[in-house]
Amino acid sequence: MDESWRRAKAVFAVLGGPPVLWLVAFFLVPLGVIWGYSFGENRSLTEIAINGTFGNYVHAIKPLYLGIILKSFWFAAVTTALCLVVGFPVAIAITFASEKTKAWLLLLIMLPFWTNLLIRTYALMAVLRDEGYINTILGWGWSGVSRLTALAGHPLGAFQPLPMLHNNFAVVFGLVYVQLPFMVLPLYAALDRLDRSLLEASLDLGAGHLTTFARVVVPLAMPGIVSGVLVTLIPSVGAYLTPDLLGGPSSQMIANVIERQFKTANDWPFGAALSFLLMYMTFVAIAVQAIVTRNRARRAA
Amino acid sequence: MSAAKTIIRFENVTKRYGKVLAVDNVSLAIEEGEFFALLGPSGCGKTTLLRMLAGFETPSEGRILIDGQDISRTPPNRRPVNMVFQSYAVFPHMSVADNVAYGLMVDGVGPAERARRVEEALELVKLEGYGARRPDQLSGGQRQRVALARALIKRPRVLLLDEPLSALDAKLREAMRSELTQLQETVGVTFLFVTHDQDEALAMASRCAVMNRGLLQQVATPSDLYEFPNSRFVADFIGSVNLVEGRLAVDEADHAVVEVAGLPSPIYLDHGVSGAHESTVWVALRPEKIELHKRGEGRAAPLLDDAPAGHNLVPGVIRRIAYLGSESVYDVAVEGGSSVKVSRSNLTRRDQEDFAAEEPVWLAWRASACSVLLS
Repeated sequence: MDESWRRAKAVFAVLGGPPVLWLVAFFLVPLGVIWGYSFGENRSLTEIAINGTFGNYVHAIKPLYLGIILKSFWFAAVTTALCLVVGFPVAIAITFASEKTKAWLLLLIMLPFWTNLLIRTYALMAVLRDEGYINTILGWGWSGVSRLTALAGHPLGAFQPLPMLHNNFAVVFGLVYVQLPFMVLPLYAALDRLDRSLLEASLDLGAGHLTTFARVVVPLAMPGIVSGVLVTLIPSVGAYLTPDLLGGPSSQMIANVIERQFKTANDWPFGAALSFLLMYMTFVAIAVQAIVTRNRARRAA
Repeated sequence: MSAAKTIIRFENVTKRYGKVLAVDNVSLAIEEGEFFALLGPSGCGKTTLLRMLAGFETPSEGRILIDGQDISRTPPNRRPVNMVFQSYAVFPHMSVADNVAYGLMVDGVGPAERARRVEEALELVKLEGYGARRPDQLSGGQRQRVALARALIKRPRVLLLDEPLSALDAKLREAMRSELTQLQETVGVTFLFVTHDQDEALAMASRCAVMNRGLLQQVATPSDLYEFPNSRFVADFIGSVNLVEGRLAVDEADHAVVEVAGLPSPIYLDHGVSGAHESTVWVALRPEKIELHKRGEGRAAPLLDDAPAGHNLVPGVIRRIAYLGSESVYDVAVEGGSSVKVSRSNLTRRDQEDFAAEEPVWLAWRASACSVLLS
């Protein structure tokens, strides 16, 4: 099958040509231009000279920027961990649901994609702000409890809304909300492929459900876990809209800084260097992960 | 031999999936040390019965007892039975030794004891030295041995085998048959296996239960199933058979006569039938129990002399011959219109040349060859 496709060169060229051209013209070339800018200097308001300087990178690894990059990775890591913890039970529930329920659950997982990210993020603001419905409900509960304690002579005082917006919590909450489907889908794909008789065999041999989960389900779902982690982690590191709308002054992520370089600061070379620094670090992270996986596979074999 | 002790008892077990009746009021007792087969076509409920015993399905009605204990609601990990799955279900992410040790590991058996028993179990299934291999480095037959060792290491009261040989190629299947029976004798554990392959059941089982559409049809030894089937279904399902519908003309204590519309002479049996006189019955006649004789000018009709003249002897013409090596199967059109299958062992290297297509023949059989079926 593969062989015959590879031999049909004309078909291959016709089918593969346009997408390749598209990617080269509108992805690789612009990326190359930006990469070039990262070794350049602003000459005037609109002119950039690419003179091979590393000055932008030196500037970018100053503690101020490096700190923001590291914080971005930290936010992304926490987001990914939370997505994994929340997403695994969801994926298991979908896997073991009846065929009919399964279709509905998958639809629910996809449903957020039908709404624009901006609108979803604003909706989240309505949930999290001081007058949002979480704080409103908490306020009702508070006043109820306060009335009870007032009977005992100790009123609780006025309700202080929980600060859930414009801080780090809001950013991570928003990222988990946006990224969760990207974690659930690969996990579900991996779990759905799992041979059910392996789970039955584990139970049959005396293992309980928890042992079966830890010893059979998780190891066999590992490819799904790895791809879920990657597709959650990488976009989270470069998240822009979520920290911009939900974050406070101290919860800036690197994408917000990069945006400012390109727009308000009009320092494209430095913005380009920051972008590529982030990309290099992501590449290194993926490479390390790939090497670890390969070594583990080799040791196992 | 000590008196047989019942180890598994199904009591009026029924399993419904929605409106579908998968297992219909089955009661069955299996004795300690038996090599028991659940035999039937696909969808007959045999696998459901096995899975209920393992704990993967719960009976809708009735109880299942092991050693007198009702285990119908016991979860699978607390039942004294272990299973060899049809797909073997060997854990692909563990070495052979880890697979075999899995059941002991979850039971908290110490590493030293575990290693010793894994060694023993691998030896039992002739996989010494394979402990470090990964399942994807094993053949199908070896994976099955891993599954066997993994189940037997738990020393189950009953070993369940779901279609144990169906995934193996023909030669290996033959070899595994005798190996499984030997293994069962060695370990002395009760084996309960499910199969749709009647040859497999006859070759391995000490006793078989034949199921059809959720109902238990007959429980008997392999030879009783073959020679004394209790229904048309069993007669037809086990082996090859000529089934003819007839009318019970004579039914005495020591003999009976069945008249068949499609046969020129009546069938004489050396035993009573205890059916209603003139009722409709079916006669099952196995192809190898019919003798083939040449018929023609100057040749006398064969005489088997255990039936009155004019019975159990019909003229016919060979229509088709299937040469199967050890035997040949002849399709004979008999006078009266029926078609009868006759098989004949090829005792010498030229026997298959004795009869040719379109040759006129006599078919003759003994009074003790047929069984009469009332349903």
